[in-house]
This record gives sequence, structure tokens and C-alpha cells, in this order.
Amino acid sequence: MHLAIIGNGITGVTCARLVRKRDPDARITIVSDESDHFYSRTALMYIYMGHMTEAHTKPYADGFWEENRIDLVRDRVERIDTASKQLHLQSGKTMGYDALLIASGSTSTFFGWPGQDLGGVQGLYGLPDLAEMERWTSDVEQAVVVGGGLIGVEMAEMLRARGIHVTFLVREPTYMSYLIPAEEGRMIERQITGHGIDLRMETELKEILPDDSGRARAVVTSDGEEIPTRFVGLTTGVNPSIGFVEGSGIETSRGVLIDRYFRTNVPDVYAAGDCAEFREPLPDRKPIEQLWYTGREHGATLAYTLTGEPREYRPSVFYNSAKYFDIEYQTYGRIDPELPVGEQTLYWEHPDGNRSIRLQYSAEGEKAVVGANLMGVRHRHAVWADWISQKQGIEYVLSNLSAANFDPEFSDQGEPAVIAVYNAANGTSIQPRARKGWKRWMAKLPMRGNLEERRLVDSFAHL
Amino acid sequence: MPDIPTYNAQIALAENPAHDTSSVQMVGLIVFALGLLGVVVALFSDLGAQQPILMLVLLAVGVVGGPLLYIWDSYRSTGAGIHNNGVMFSSNQARGLIGWVAGIVLTGGYILLYWFPTTLEGLVRVVDPLAYTLRGTAADRWFLYGTIYTIAVLVMGVRAIVKYRHSRYQIIRTCSVMFFQLGFAFLIPQLLLLFNQPEFYFSYFWPLKYDYLWPGNISYIIESGAGLGVFMVFWGAMMTSIATPILTYFFGKRWYCSWVCGCGGLAETAGDPYRHLSDKSLGSWKIERWLVHSVLLFVIVTTALLWINSATEGGVFGGSSQMFSQWYGFGIGLVFSGVVGVGFYPVMGSRVWCRFGCPMAAVLGFQQRFFSRFRITTNGGQCISCGNCSTYCEMGIDVRWYAQRGQNIIRSSCVGCGICSAVCPRGVLNLENGPREGRFGTPHLNLIADLEVLEDPA
Repeated sequence: MHLAIIGNGITGVTCARLVRKRDPDARITIVSDESDHFYSRTALMYIYMGHMTEAHTKPYADGFWEENRIDLVRDRVERIDTASKQLHLQSGKTMGYDALLIASGSTSTFFGWPGQDLGGVQGLYGLPDLAEMERWTSDVEQAVVVGGGLIGVEMAEMLRARGIHVTFLVREPTYMSYLIPAEEGRMIERQITGHGIDLRMETELKEILPDDSGRARAVVTSDGEEIPTRFVGLTTGVNPSIGFVEGSGIETSRGVLIDRYFRTNVPDVYAAGDCAEFREPLPDRKPIEQLWYTGREHGATLAYTLTGEPREYRPSVFYNSAKYFDIEYQTYGRIDPELPVGEQTLYWEHPDGNRSIRLQYSAEGEKAVVGANLMGVRHRHAVWADWISQKQGIEYVLSNLSAANFDPEFSDQGEPAVIAVYNAANGTSIQPRARKGWKRWMAKLPMRGNLEERRLVDSFAHL
Repeated sequence: MPDIPTYNAQIALAENPAHDTSSVQMVGLIVFALGLLGVVVALFSDLGAQQPILMLVLLAVGVVGGPLLYIWDSYRSTGAGIHNNGVMFSSNQARGLIGWVAGIVLTGGYILLYWFPTTLEGLVRVVDPLAYTLRGTAADRWFLYGTIYTIAVLVMGVRAIVKYRHSRYQIIRTCSVMFFQLGFAFLIPQLLLLFNQPEFYFSYFWPLKYDYLWPGNISYIIESGAGLGVFMVFWGAMMTSIATPILTYFFGKRWYCSWVCGCGGLAETAGDPYRHLSDKSLGSWKIERWLVHSVLLFVIVTTALLWINSATEGGVFGGSSQMFSQWYGFGIGLVFSGVVGVGFYPVMGSRVWCRFGCPMAAVLGFQQRFFSRFRITTNGGQCISCGNCSTYCEMGIDVRWYAQRGQNIIRSSCVGCGICSAVCPRGVLNLENGPREGRFGTPHLNLIADLEVLEDPA
């Protein structure tokens, strides 16, 4: 079998590695126009800020690919001929395949603003964008970033690290109000303004004004204000990067349409990661989920199907993470920005305003916990996956909450304060279980090397 | 080939206001430069002998005050947290011109110290007042060296505390290495001399302090120290044979390497700006394992020969065991741990000696790998493979290789400094002591299991 993979991001690479592990005879080729080797897209900001070089962001040594007989081709796929199973490449070459995985990722989305194609205006998704950003920001003192998501705050931090003044336009009333509750949103806002950024909430971009050379000169906001700037970062989201699929007979909507086995409508053609769109979304999940972790899980699940063991995509308990300047963020399960009817929220925030723990749980029955948001606090993924998949009640979770803490030794733990907030509100007297609870809990974890026992952890069992 | 721009670090930071030196930093640098100038003046004149107190105060202001001013201004405006901004663009920190010059100066300093001590005479006289106060005799080159070493740990320790102030683990650990360097590796040995006792370092043990279990040195300590000497020999033997395995069982080798040891103390403080320069390749890991275990074998053989020789009164080996011990002292004690171990900081990272040479690290490594409750836990599937952990590991461990599989990190070389955990932007890594059962962890989702599994033999 020759497996051709379009895209050398986390989805394609995870799939390639697992296919190789499971099938020593498969021929595997990864085509990418972005970079010679797989790098960690999530680390782009650190290259710009000087924490790492591009080489540091490569998770595998360059020799790894040859050693494992995964062929890397630096080229761009222009057209897919599904009838003859051929890829037509920009270099003029063609490449045959037996199975094809489209894992081509995303491109930045702009919304038709006047001036969005000017010089000095760009998104941030890959290495080419980083090169652009180096070029456009080498001589600026003032930048404008538009769009309050994760990439927006990262871009703002990147620019600040180079001493560039940043005006940050955010449409929402509180930061990421479409995804996270207002308290955490305001904490992020404090981080942003605390790092010297001119944050404008509920402000949108109206247009970008050009100078004589065709480069951005200023932006005009929805309030009519004109802000002089020669660099505009547009971080208003991403869309599947699937232009080359057109005309191939592979059905697309926003992304390449797939079933729960990552199959498109064309036999032997699969799609996964950022560019894939489930025809029927999974419960509580979006049809397109542009996340590192999701891409990795897609690629891994698909590898089984490609090696003769068809496997439906049944993702583990949702998790995600981010870092907003100096505050780390972790989330497990489901946290709604607006509390749904029949559910309760428990929120604790440290007096310094830089740490918080939020639990969301059902108001009825066993009061099962459905999700957690952690700001400036590290928690254990495995413990949360366990609690959420087993529908543990809030009082059980609270009394064991220290077992989930993953902060470094000697850290000042906030978990007892969370219990106090709950007790005060509910007239209960829940006590934290003895410290070192995690060690008892860890002792129950399945041991390495024992596949059957490993399945004890429910949420992970499907793989 | 498609015409896609490739990222080019060369164009980075052409003009970067964030990395302009502030006026306060400039003052700090000038004061430091004047201090260094004073050092040169002292080296080439007899001002140290004529005006030792004046010179000592002036130099102290220069080489201590200047850096402290610079450090204070560098970190006061940034919030607590990891801000390795511009490290990869820094001439000093990324093997640029300043880095190479620093490496040559450090290496040269060790060469002068070991083989051309008379050239340092002018500077030795500057620390005479300090030596008379502490130990009642004039300074010598080793006193000068100890003074500079301790100042470096203390000043750069302040920097490490400020830099990592968001982490209580880092603050406490840095205070610990500063305390042990100042007290156990500097003041106490000098005070022992003041009271006519043998100079003894209670924080160094065999095989790092190799001669502490050599027969010649033991008899010297007992003879010159009487009752205290017996205690010193007992202390050294007890620490090597009993305390070390027990402490390593409970806490991993970090209890020593990144909390107590002076070599580690210098690496964690003065060496911190260079920690990312350690090589992370598989090839260097192989070299590391061969070298560090060869040195361990060398010191064991040497020690055994000396004891056999001592027991048989030279009957078996004659003078050959002396030759072993002399070559060990020269090759390992001087060249490897000093010239290479510290001199190469700005080129090969801060733990060259600890990683490739230290026999104590090798012993602790065995214990950590096979008989310890210590591990660095990986937090499920949260790793984003960014590479900060591997980049900033001073021991050259490719931490990410484990983290992205969801596997715990149990490596003999890990000194438990905790910086991988500190620089991780997603809260994936944590230093923990726990039950040995399940210590290696379970690769998360069973999916990031790698193709080639490298077994760590030590």
C-alpha cells in the first residue's frame, strides 16, 4: 500500500508514524509545501520571541524520517485525480497513491475588510507567516492586532516581546466570551493590559488605509478612530485549506466532508485534522475542530483504519490548553460561557486575580461534574478525564480536588479555597481528603505494558 | 520547487527596541566593566599588596554591584513568569562573539589558575584582607578561586531567583545552592583553617571529591584533625555509602545535584544563561554514557589500587597506583571538571562536567534510574511538542520525546532542576516523588508510542 499524506502537520505525521508502527511494509509519503520537516506549529510564537530557533521546534531529529522509511516531499499538491489516483504537484510531477489522507490544515480567515491585502497586513498560521512577520515588523513601533482569540493574544505577546506597541481590537464584550465565562475573560484582559497593551474591547476593524507604496498606514476602527500603524495582524480565525480539492469530486462544505471513519465520499480518500468537517458532528463537539490535540487524535485513530482495523472516531473527554501571557489555561470536559439551565458553576479566584478554578456540574441527581476551567493552576489530565467520564459528583470531586493538582512542589494550592467557596454557598461541610491523595490514585493507574489493564481508564480505552 | 519563503532567523532582530540596553542597565554594565578593568589592573600591578582593602572594596562594587544593578533593571519591568525573549538572538547566549570571548576568558582563567598561578599573584593579594578575617592566614590562589566562585553563585543566584520568581520550587532550590556554596563550600572550610583544623568540605563526597576516600588523604585528615578528623572521615564515608542512596531513593539525584553540590550550584546560577546550549542529539547521549561511566570506572579503579597499595605497603603495585591518582587528579580533577566543565559554559552549556564527567552524577544516576521514587510526570495528552522543555534542559535530555508520548521522564542524568516544568507553557511536566509502581507512566491514549524505543541503560 502506498499512503500519500497531504500536509506534514500533527495530524498527518501522527497518522504516518502509527501506520508505520502497525504496518512495516506500507509505503508512506508526506507532501508539504511549508517545511522540509515536521515542526510544532504551536511553537511559532517562541521562534519570533527568541525563546527557540526553528530547529528547536522540530519534535524529531531529521534522520528520523529516513530511519522509519517515511518519505518527505517538499512540493505543493495542485490537483487530485481521484479516478486514476494521482496527485498533480506544483513542480509538474505526479504521484500515485493507494490511499490518500488530506491533512492540509488551515489558512487565516479575513472578512473582506478594505485594505486587507495591503503590505504589512497578515495572519499567523505557519512558517511563511512568520517570515512575513519578521519582514513587516522589522521597522515598526506601533502594531494593531485584530481578533480576540488565542492567536490574537499570542501575536500581541510576540510583538510586545520585540518592544512594539500594540493596539488590540476585540469584538467581544469580554475576552473570548464565545468560549469562556466572563470572569476568566476579564482575567485574560488584565493580563493583556498589564503587559502594556492598548486593549479595545467591543471594537472592530472597519478598514485599513494604504500609504503610497501599497503598505498599511493606519486602521480605522468601528468607532471611527484612525490608529496609525504599518503592521496589522488579522487573527480572526482560520478556515480549512482545501483549495486544491476543488474539481476532484471530493465533497466539501467549509472543510472536506467526512464520516466517523474519516472517509470522504471517494473511496480510499480520507481527511482529518483542521481541514476535515464531520457530516454529523459528535455530541458537544463542533463539526470542525482546529486544535492540535484533535488533529493528533484524528491521525492516530485513522491509522488503525488504514492498517486493516477500521476504527470509529470516539474522542476522549475534551481537553484543551493555552497560555495568555503569564497565565496558563487548561480546560477539561465542557465549560459553557453562559450557564445552561439545570447546571451549576463553582468559581474560585485567588485574591491576586491571576489564578482561578471553575467547576461546572449538574444541578440534579448526583450533581455530576461536566467540566473544569483552570487559570494559572495546573491539573492532571488523567484525573479529570476519569472524573468526567465516570460522571463523578461535585462533592466527591471537591473532596478529592487536591489529587488533581499538578502544580510544582511548594506551590500554594488553591483547592482548599474552592471547597470553602462551595461550603459557604451550599451550607455543606466537605473536607478535603488527606493530602497525597494523588499517589493513591496514581497507584490505581494501569501499568505500562499491560494493554488490558490500560483500558481501565475509560476515557482512553477506545485507543 | 514551490516558491515558499523559509523562515530565516538571520533577519530577526535587526532593530529591536526591546533588546536595547536601558540606561540603568548601561550603568550596571559600565560599573561591571570598570570592575573587570580593576581586576586587570590588580593582575598587572602591586596595588593589591599596597592597598588591599581599598582594592577589595572597589572590585567588589564593580563585579558585584554592576551585575546586580543590571539584573534588577532587566527583570523589574517584566512580570513573574518565563520570558526567555531574545535568548536565541543574543551574542552572549547563542554562541555569538561575546559568548566565544566569554568561553575563552573562562577557559584561560582556569589555565592560569592551575598552571601559571604566579600570574594571579596581584589579584590574590586583593583578597588578603578577607583571608585574614576568615582563616587567619594570607590568601592563596585557591582562596581567590573560592571567593570568585562563591561570588558568582551568589550574584547569579540573585538573578535566578528574580528570573524564576513565579516558582516557589525554583526560589527555594536556588536559595539552597547559594546557602551550601557560601556556608559549606566557602565559610566553614576557611573557619576550620582558622581553628587549625584540616580544610574540609562537608558538602562534597567521594567519588566527586575523589581523595576523601583515598588512604593518603584519610590519614592526613585524621592526623591533623584528631577527633574532628575522625568525624570528617566518618561523615564522608557515611554520606557516600548510606545517606546518598537513601536520599536518592526518596528524592532522586536532585537532592544533591541541583540543591547542594557546588558544581551544580554554579551551573544553576552562573550557568543558567547558557543552559540551552547543551546538545540534545542522540549522538551526544551516547558519548555522555560512555564518558561518564568511564570516569566512574577510572575513579573506582584508582581508589581500589590506592587501598591495595596502602594495605600491601607498595608490595603489589609499587608506584603505579600513585601514577593513577596523579593522572586522575590532573585529567579529571583539573582539566575536565575545571577547564572544560566551567570554561565551556558559553559554548556547550552549563552542565558539561555534570553530564559527561562527574562520577558522583554517574553513581546517583544509577540509583535514580533503578532505585528511586523520583520521576518527572507527564500530564496525559497535554503536550503540544513545542520544544521549550528540551531546549532549556541543561543536561541535554530530549524531554519532549517523552512528554509528547505521555511517558514519564526517568533518566539517570536528570538533575531535577525543574526548569522543564517551569518553561512548559501547558503545565505538562511536574517533578514528583511517588510509588515506584507505575513510575514510568502510561503513554497516553496508547497512540504516541514511538517507532524506535530507546532504552536507557543507566
